[in-house]
Amino acid sequence: MITYREALRQALREALLADTRVFLMGEDVGAYGGTYAVSKGLWEEFGPERVRDTPLSELGFTGLGVGAAIAGLKPIIEIMTVNFSLLALDQIVNSAAFLRHMSGNQIHVPLVVRMTTGGGRQLAAQHSNSFEGWFSHIPGLKILAPGTVEDARYMLAEALREEDPVLFVEHALLLNREEECGTRPENFNAWNASVRRPGHQLSLITYGGMVTRCMEAADRLADEGIDVEVVDLRSLRPLDEKTVFESVKKTHRALIVDEGWRSLSLSAEISARIVENIFFDLDAPPQRLCRREVPIPYAKHLEDASIPQVDDIIARVKVMI
Amino acid sequence: MHLFSREKRFFGGNAIVGGGLPQAVGLAFAAKTLKEDRSTFCFFGEGAIAEGSFHESMNLARLWNVPVIFCCENNLYAMGTALARSESQTDLTAKAAAYDIKSVSIDGMDVEAVCAATKEAINYTSQQQRPMFLEFKTYRFRPHSMFDPELYREKKEVEKWRKRCPIETFKGLLISKGVIDEAKISQLTKDVEAEMMDSVEFADHAGLEPISDLEKFVYAENVGVR
Repeated sequence: MITYREALRQALREALLADTRVFLMGEDVGAYGGTYAVSKGLWEEFGPERVRDTPLSELGFTGLGVGAAIAGLKPIIEIMTVNFSLLALDQIVNSAAFLRHMSGNQIHVPLVVRMTTGGGRQLAAQHSNSFEGWFSHIPGLKILAPGTVEDARYMLAEALREEDPVLFVEHALLLNREEECGTRPENFNAWNASVRRPGHQLSLITYGGMVTRCMEAADRLADEGIDVEVVDLRSLRPLDEKTVFESVKKTHRALIVDEGWRSLSLSAEISARIVENIFFDLDAPPQRLCRREVPIPYAKHLEDASIPQVDDIIARVKVMI
Repeated sequence: MHLFSREKRFFGGNAIVGGGLPQAVGLAFAAKTLKEDRSTFCFFGEGAIAEGSFHESMNLARLWNVPVIFCCENNLYAMGTALARSESQTDLTAKAAAYDIKSVSIDGMDVEAVCAATKEAINYTSQQQRPMFLEFKTYRFRPHSMFDPELYREKKEVEKWRKRCPIETFKGLLISKGVIDEAKISQLTKDVEAEMMDSVEFADHAGLEPISDLEKFVYAENVGVR
C-alpha cells in the first residue's frame, strides 16, 4: 500500500531519473519539500537546478516553461493549486494550447503542468476551485485527472511522452489515500476512461476526487441491492466518450458526478454527448450532481453542502432508479 | 500576425503584449541548460512594460542568470497612449535596472549605435551568462493600424521624427563616406521592391488552405475535436 502522494513522488523521481531534460519547477517544490510534500526529498536528490524553486510568479515561470519546452527541455511545472493557474492563464491558453496551430505545426509545447485541485479542506472560495473542467474547454490542451493511486503513479510518464501541453490535476483530498499499487500494468493507457466497478442499473460518470465518493456510494447502494457502475473518465480532454456510451448503453441511466460547477460545464458536455449520440438507449434523462453554484464557503457545514457528498450521490441514484 | 519560422529559430509572433517575454527567458534558459551557444533576442514595445509579464520575466531572468537580450523598441506610444500617460517612471532603463539587470538606452534612429550596442549585448550576455536590457528610442511614422485616425499626436511631431529616418540618415552617411553611391542605392531599392513584389505574387497565387485542413495541428496526432 502506498499513498497517492507517494505515488506522485515516485512518478516524479522516475521522470527525473529517466531523462536529464526533465526538470520540476514551482513555488516551494524544493527546499520546503513541496506545499503538499509531493516533491519531498527530490531537491536533496536532484539538486536545485532540476528541482527548482520559483518566485511567486505563475505567469512568469509558466511562460518560461513554455519557452523551455519549445527549445527542447521537458519542464514539469507545479502550480501550487489550480486556483493560482488563473494567474498563468494567458500562457496556458493563448500560448501553450495554441502555438502548434498558430505556427502551422512548426512550434509545439511538450509541457506538463501539475496542480492540486478541489475543495473539502475548509480553505474557502479562493483555494477550493475545480477548474479542470474549465480548462477542458480549450482545444490544444490535454487534461489528466488521476483518481486512483495507480493513476497517480503511472499517468505522469504518459503525460511526459506527449508532444502537447498536458494539465495534470491532483485532488488534494486524495493525497493521503492509500491503495495497492503494483508494477505498471502492461496495457496501461492514461487516455481511456475506466470502468472502476461494473454494474447494471445506472452509470455513475465521474473523475478525480469524486471517484472514491462514487465508489463508496456504489458499495453502500450494493448493500441495499442497487447495482451501479462507476466510470472514471481519467482524461477530461480527450474525452473517451466511447467507454461512457458503452456503459450507458448497458445501464440505460447516467448520473454525472462532477466537483465543478454545473452550468455550462464538463458535466453539461458529457450529458449533451450522451443525448446526442445514444438518446434511444436511455430509460431516463441523464442527471448531474455538481458543486453548488456558489464560491465555496469557509464554514464546514456550508462547504459540505456545496460539494457532492456520498449521501448526496446515493440519494440522487435512488431518485433515478 | 502569427509569424513563425522554426528553421530560422524565430518563435513568433505573439499577439498578446508581453506574452513573448517569459517564453524568451525560457528559450534562453533551455539554451543555457543544454549548453547550446546561442543568443536569444526578445523584442517588444514600451507598452509591454506596463504588463506584469515584463516584471516577472525581468526578475526570473536575473534571478536565474538567463542570457536573454530584452530589446524594447520605445516609440513613445502604445497604440495611442503616450508613455507619460501610462508609466509613473518613464526612464525605462531604470525599470530593468531595478531588477539588477544591466540596461542601456540607445538612439534607435542611429543604425551604427544600434549595431554597436547589440554586439556589446551579445558579448555581455554570452560571457557573463546574464540578461541585458536595451532600450531603442525610436518612432512610428505611420498609424498603428489602418483604423488609427492618429488623434493622439501632432502632425508636426511626426514630421520632426521623419527627419531622423534611420534609413535616410544611414544612406547619407554611407554616401558621404564613399561606401556606396546613388546608382547602387537605386539598384538595391529596385531589387528589394522586386523581391517584395515576388512575395506578394507568390502569396496571391499560392491558393487558400483547404477548409478540410482546418482542424489539423491542434494536437500532434492531428485529430480534431475530442
